[in-house]
Amino acid sequence: MDTAQETIQKPEAKAETKTFVEVTGSVALLEGLIAEGTDVIFGYPGGAIMPIYDALYDYKEKLNHILVRHEQGGIHAGQGYARSSGKVGVVFATSGPGATNLVTGLADAQIDSTPLVCITGQVFAHLLGTDAFQETDVINITTPVTKWNYQVTDAKEIPSVLAKAFYIARTGRPGPVLIDITKNAQMQLFNYEGYIPCNHIRSYRPKPIIRNEYIVEAAKLINSAKKPFILFGQGVLLGKAEEEFQAFVEKSGIPAAWTILGAGAIPTDHELNVGMLGMHGNYGPNVLTNECDVLIAIGMRFDDRVTGRLDKYAKQAKLVHLDIDPAEIDKNVKATVPVWGDCKDTLPLLTELVDEKKHTEWLAKFREYTKAEVDAVIEAELNPTGDELTMGEVINQLNILTKGEAIIVTDVGQHQMVACRYAKFNNTRSNVTSGGLGTMGFGLPAAIGAKYGAPDKTVVAVIGDGGFQMTLQELGTIMQFGADVKIMILNNRFLGMVRQWQELFNEKRYSFVDITSPDFVKLADSYYIAAKRVSDRDDLVSSLVEMLNYKGSYLLEVMVTKENNVFPMVPQGCSVSEIRLK
Amino acid sequence: MSTENNKQEFTITVYTENQIGLLNRIAIIFSRRKINIESLNVSPSEIEHIHRFNIVIHETEDVVRKLGRQIEKQIEVLKVYYNTNEDIIWQEMALYKVPTEEIAEKVLVERLLREHGARVVVIRKDYTVFETTGHREETDKLIEVLQPHGLIEFVRSARVAIIKDSEGFNAKLREFEREEPGQDVIENEYLDKGQKVFTM
Repeated sequence: MDTAQETIQKPEAKAETKTFVEVTGSVALLEGLIAEGTDVIFGYPGGAIMPIYDALYDYKEKLNHILVRHEQGGIHAGQGYARSSGKVGVVFATSGPGATNLVTGLADAQIDSTPLVCITGQVFAHLLGTDAFQETDVINITTPVTKWNYQVTDAKEIPSVLAKAFYIARTGRPGPVLIDITKNAQMQLFNYEGYIPCNHIRSYRPKPIIRNEYIVEAAKLINSAKKPFILFGQGVLLGKAEEEFQAFVEKSGIPAAWTILGAGAIPTDHELNVGMLGMHGNYGPNVLTNECDVLIAIGMRFDDRVTGRLDKYAKQAKLVHLDIDPAEIDKNVKATVPVWGDCKDTLPLLTELVDEKKHTEWLAKFREYTKAEVDAVIEAELNPTGDELTMGEVINQLNILTKGEAIIVTDVGQHQMVACRYAKFNNTRSNVTSGGLGTMGFGLPAAIGAKYGAPDKTVVAVIGDGGFQMTLQELGTIMQFGADVKIMILNNRFLGMVRQWQELFNEKRYSFVDITSPDFVKLADSYYIAAKRVSDRDDLVSSLVEMLNYKGSYLLEVMVTKENNVFPMVPQGCSVSEIRLK
Repeated sequence: MSTENNKQEFTITVYTENQIGLLNRIAIIFSRRKINIESLNVSPSEIEHIHRFNIVIHETEDVVRKLGRQIEKQIEVLKVYYNTNEDIIWQEMALYKVPTEEIAEKVLVERLLREHGARVVVIRKDYTVFETTGHREETDKLIEVLQPHGLIEFVRSARVAIIKDSEGFNAKLREFEREEPGQDVIENEYLDKGQKVFTM
């Protein structure tokens, strides 16, 4: 550069001098969260995250911090929030035990592709590796269960690392991200120049480029199919592609079945929605997987609970697999035509090329299986003749009252399978459940988060007596912050799913599945939460009405029959066509 | 044919950012599946800030392909290639420490070293350090030969490998740096089957 130019430019440069303010790393973090649109934080303070909490004291108006009762509750709440809102959940925890308590939630979010940004405090940088008080190697503990993690030791890194974290968490196949910030970085003053969101990382390609050749090939295959069958998963929801998906289904006229995380991508009552896949899914979708000629898998990953025995899974069919994550293609089931890409982009291209059809005869086959399932299983579950209540009839009555408009959050076990099977979802993002990891204790905290994510919706947490006891301390969070969550405990006095397996496969050797519970009504009462217990059919509907109409949170304990089994069932190690009705 | 029989040596080449913790992120992709890493080399590549991993494992191609995709999925990984031994030129370096008097006194030893292409690195009164590079069998052979002559210490490096058909990484990196990379960045094995270099 020559000197003349330099002299001209100098005053200009001075006029443009960036205005920066000196702030602490903690303030920069909170400013960044606001810039990313964060409105709720679920967290729990502790020594190593105190500077951030100190800064938070002045941000009470802008950031709503919910003090949970355990960090695991905090992260599940973050997951519930992310799942019901489609936004990134934000969680705070301190170092050491605070951070290790996040691990279950991180693993759950990782396997269920839930976008989270978790901030953990860490000991001073100069103490790293000295076995300091509440020091754990959080980065290495969480590496297998995060999409990305990073340790910050210098406050100057905070804005760019946070921007990167949000970008990574929500783009591509979403997932949990953890930032570990040493205490000195939280306290350090630096020149903050504002927050710049991230939209490109050279080593990260969130969206594969769509190759039109494959769209054409896929359409050709679909158009030539006599018995095509769509399997859809959470990818449709994560891609916010519900409309594009419905358009594809309706034009192609192809029957579509869902994985439990895909529930709600199209309404339960849609004529082409033929039901749930997998171990406790519907009869038709499982059996007919082994009869279809072309499988179209959209945003799903062929979990072993969906496929049953893999070497006998859809061997006769050609597979079109749409997924954003290249690592999912061919992972479990070989694709004939892989369509890599965001289904929000690929589905419209495919819809354009597929023929408008009605697969009337093929669809009728699904209906036949549905009828057989109604006769053998569903009728007895929804309209039982015995004195005791069944889980299915409770969910059915709930459907009638909520008309499929509620968000149903479940825990893990029999009640989860029953709820997913029978709950009606008119809307997307209405089914919040721990799918891949099967985390008992997920339900209550996730329901709290789901309510913050969708404040205008009725949120009903359906939880078993076992799972509820794993995270019931979060009743305290409800008590203090007033999340309007309707808690429905389906109490069968057993760890029901394990008991079912012991009955069917271990000659009824009921090994440690007999679980006792406290008086849940009194428990709720001690948390100042309205509660009631119901065991008679005559009182069921009125109790549900009371729960749903109650202003504020409510706990309803429903005593259900002890030894009911969830059917249909694909026993482990069996093919989907060997599904049992009893 | 059993899977065991389909297993062979694969060299996985990974281009990455230079990031703390990434080694662990990549290593656990193998250990989680109980796969042993036979050899691992990590060092700066010809491009500033970009590191190159060479990982050698004994597995079936199907497993290696899946591993490659899992590795490439990591945020700081730019690119993964995998190759069989036919596709690459590779070397391992070995150092041998031998008593100097043995070499000085026995012409045979000196001849053996020369036959195996060993080069002297250091000569001291008490010991001499030789270096060779070659394939595993070659460096192994020299251990065998030197063992009766008082081999004091031996060390071998990990494998480093050049992919025969690779055109390097510079051009690719430029594509990665663009916000909307060109189509050749997003390779697809189905379409690229014809190409000589397999990429993920």
